[in-house]
Amino acid sequence: MTFAQRLKFKRNPKIRRNLSRLVRTTGFKLLAVYLLVFAVFAVSMIAYVAWHTSQLIESQVSEKVEAEVRFLADQYRVGGVQRLVLVIDRRTRRPGSSIYLLTNYAGEVLASNVSELPIGLLDQPGTRVTAYRRSDEPGAKENLAFVEVFMLPGGYRLLVGRDIEDRDTLRQLVVRPAQVALVLILIMGLAGGIFVTRRVLKRIDSMTATSETIMAGDLTGRLTVDGSGDEFDRLAGSLNTMLERIEALMAGLKEVSDNIAHDLKTPLTRLRNRAEEALRGATSEEEWRRALETTIEESDGLIRTFDALLMIARAEAGQARDSMVDVDLADITENVAELYEPLADEQGLDLVTEIVPMSIHGMRELLAQALSNLIDNAIKYGRPADGARGLIRVTLVRDGAFAVLEVTDSGPGIADGDRDRVVERFVRLEASRSRPGSGLGLALVSAVARLHGGQLSFSDAGPGLRATLRLPAKAP
Amino acid sequence: MNPNLETDFSLSMRLLLVEDDHDAADYLRKAFREAGHVVDHAADGEDGLAHALDGKYDVMVVDRMLPIRDGLSLVAELRGRGDATPVLILSALGQVDDRVVGLRAGGDDYLPKPYAFTELLARVEALSRRGAPQAAETVYRVGDLELDRLAHRVTRAGKDIPLQPREFRLMEYLMRHAGQVVTRTMLLENVWDYHFDPQTNVIDVHVSRLRSKIDKGFDVPLIHTVRGAGYMVRVGMR
Repeated sequence: MTFAQRLKFKRNPKIRRNLSRLVRTTGFKLLAVYLLVFAVFAVSMIAYVAWHTSQLIESQVSEKVEAEVRFLADQYRVGGVQRLVLVIDRRTRRPGSSIYLLTNYAGEVLASNVSELPIGLLDQPGTRVTAYRRSDEPGAKENLAFVEVFMLPGGYRLLVGRDIEDRDTLRQLVVRPAQVALVLILIMGLAGGIFVTRRVLKRIDSMTATSETIMAGDLTGRLTVDGSGDEFDRLAGSLNTMLERIEALMAGLKEVSDNIAHDLKTPLTRLRNRAEEALRGATSEEEWRRALETTIEESDGLIRTFDALLMIARAEAGQARDSMVDVDLADITENVAELYEPLADEQGLDLVTEIVPMSIHGMRELLAQALSNLIDNAIKYGRPADGARGLIRVTLVRDGAFAVLEVTDSGPGIADGDRDRVVERFVRLEASRSRPGSGLGLALVSAVARLHGGQLSFSDAGPGLRATLRLPAKAP
Repeated sequence: MNPNLETDFSLSMRLLLVEDDHDAADYLRKAFREAGHVVDHAADGEDGLAHALDGKYDVMVVDRMLPIRDGLSLVAELRGRGDATPVLILSALGQVDDRVVGLRAGGDDYLPKPYAFTELLARVEALSRRGAPQAAETVYRVGDLELDRLAHRVTRAGKDIPLQPREFRLMEYLMRHAGQVVTRTMLLENVWDYHFDPQTNVIDVHVSRLRSKIDKGFDVPLIHTVRGAGYMVRVGMR
């Protein structure tokens, strides 16, 4: 970063804001932690390697010096100082030789390849590290050496040592690249992290932007799914599914409110008209009475429609799940069938049952109401077109983990295309609406089915309609 | 008032009505009086409780949502003090679980708003212990009709009348409330134990089946239809 850039960075609040946003992201924080952990790891690794290397070299050097000392001691024992001088002279001529120095009692040098040593070094026997300068290489610089000093009989002193400048060179060779590599990795990691995090931020930003349009009221908007199958794609996918559900619910709500407006306003208008007409035109007490009675009938119908709507809303909201208990579905089926049997009989239909023992987790009242709506429907529409006696079959069987409750009638059935529409609220296929009913019966059954984790479907029983309620059953 | 509902002052009850809506309260007071009952009115829960503890009432009609002290707490307090006066709770909340809550608080019956007055009157009269046979009685008698609850036997003029189990329970309920109007929803609730609105005349068909077994071939009908309200078992109808 040049100075001018740095100035720009400091002054430009937008860049600063973006950077602080970047630094706050989870991705970036994770990356920072990883980098830190990595750095600590790498530094301790390098330190360990460096330490180990120098240990190795030191032990090698001291071994070599000791071997040298052993050899020279043998030579001394065999041939005394003369032999020692000879051997040292020969040895110093070899390339890469050790360091030697042999002096007599007066301190005169007898054999050596060392030109400079710290004063007083030869006075103390033992091992140490010291600076020195070689004499056999012209212009040699001062190096470090590991040396051992011996006192020999007759005032002779012997120094044997190895140059250890190599050790430091080797350490430099290992440690320096590792340090450089570490710094490079940190810089690249940081840059990569910023790059990746910015990409993530970009996607989040686009998702946020889309969500904002959707929240502003455009429910048709969808998050982009780029097909990469990564976590963002999956998130976008499930959010889209949720949006679809919401859109469907909203559409349903709008349709229902339209239908409510229609189905409640129509009888309300009738009610009002009747009352007005009675006020204006009724002359006899009988007429007054009739007008009032129809008014009450109409309002009862309104109340029923309203109750059904509330019940559906409650069932669909799913709050009722809390009050579910284990109920005997076979018993409910038996009871409701028995409740309706006389009515069916009176209306010219036989009602037969086929019920196996079955329990489910649910609400007795709602289940009974659902079944009663199905049977009620079968009684209303289940007689054969030719006017012959009809038949309603109520069956409860088990299909694996499901309880299958079916009501089959012998009526004309429903045309294929209309079968799905019948569960929609207020849909009554009979255009004339001559028979009583709020048009909410099957919508309620469907809501009850969903509340219990099941579903309502219709199929052709050829002839007749088969309504099937599939509900999760308790194990037998 | 429905002209078929006869006013029998021997069955006159003392009622306490706790309802904060003045229009509704005025209407109910008037209607109950026309039916021959004496009505006291309280407009909030505290006042209602004071009245209830003061006087001897046959039945109390309590709105669920009241100012100062709500209806459920009123009933619970009353029961806590050992008062067993039958209470009917009126409520705008009509779902099954609301009903369960109401009954658990100590209510004897629960009627969701809006209701028909005939329904309310029939339920209040059914709650009153006047004129009705005691629950402990094992044999109910209306005219020459006898129902033995232990032997599960129904006879009329000494002749056995075989009934299905459900028909027996229907007859039993009607006879326990002999002389009182029993509505269709009361029958559905007490004989079948369902609280939904069946939308069709399912109950009527059951009663007419029962009637064909009980009344057919006898000069005096015992099961009567009260138009616009329900049914009543009694000897003769004016």
